[in-house]
Amino acid sequence: MTNRYNDDLEKLMALQFAIVELNLFLDTHPDSEQALQDYHKLLEQFEAAKKMYIEKYGPLVNFGYGKSRFPWQWVNEPWPWDM
Amino acid sequence: MFLYQKTLEFPIRVDSTNPALAELILEQLGGADGEMAAGMRYLTQRYYMPLPEARALLTDIGTEELSHWEMIATIVWKLVEHAPIEKIKNSPYAAHFADHGRNPFPHNAAGMPFTATYFNAKSDPIADLHEDMAAEQKARATYEHLIQLSDDHGVNQALSFLREREIVHFQRFGEMLDKVQDYMYSNRHKRNRNNRENLIMDHDIIMDNNSRYR
Repeated sequence: MTNRYNDDLEKLMALQFAIVELNLFLDTHPDSEQALQDYHKLLEQFEAAKKMYIEKYGPLVNFGYGKSRFPWQWVNEPWPWDM
Repeated sequence: MFLYQKTLEFPIRVDSTNPALAELILEQLGGADGEMAAGMRYLTQRYYMPLPEARALLTDIGTEELSHWEMIATIVWKLVEHAPIEKIKNSPYAAHFADHGRNPFPHNAAGMPFTATYFNAKSDPIADLHEDMAAEQKARATYEHLIQLSDDHGVNQALSFLREREIVHFQRFGEMLDKVQDYMYSNRHKRNRNNRENLIMDHDIIMDNNSRYR
């Protein structure tokens, strides 16, 4: 895959990781408004990055979390261990 | 239900073809304190946690561990993917190759296959959360051993990331242990019972909550 693909993917991965980290923090600090605000801020960026990814490359998550162009793109997008 | 997202949690770049290192990294794939044991441990312990936050935390960290397992498998795969047979033949990976070829099959660095005896679930939130905290520290120590053994910069970046995650998980489990202990002991103090009944009550508290959050 192209460098452009890797850049798009890594941007998505960076946002995803920040969200994972905040999610765990919120599990033990459900009353932290600041953390929840940060979570929502990142979520907006993540949603936008995911939308762009799916439009360009196809589904990011299996089982109904993104449309595919014809023919079914899921089988042709690269797998993480191939990159 | 589990969904699969076609990304790694952290990008894996490997700078060498190195079957000997692959054999060592397998420790975190199928070893006692490896990522498979971690994921199975937390996802198995979720059901009877007395606080909803604890159920969420075990679900979320358990899920993250599965993505760490995938990162480790990716490292092992990339270290042997293009290894010529001559390079495998004279390496510690040769014994693994005899059975599994280049597949990253889960056993530890010494070749012991993965077993569920590497973790436990006691139906006892306090015992389980202590096991979880110990597991994170043991995994941190293993990552430090592996970083000392590895000369591959790309591999070490990924191992350092994973080591840091062990520290964060330890912190979160510690916070959860405090919450669960406060909750269980505050309930105990409200009722004045003898020790034997307290033990039974701990079980009742868990069961009360099981129905409350169902």
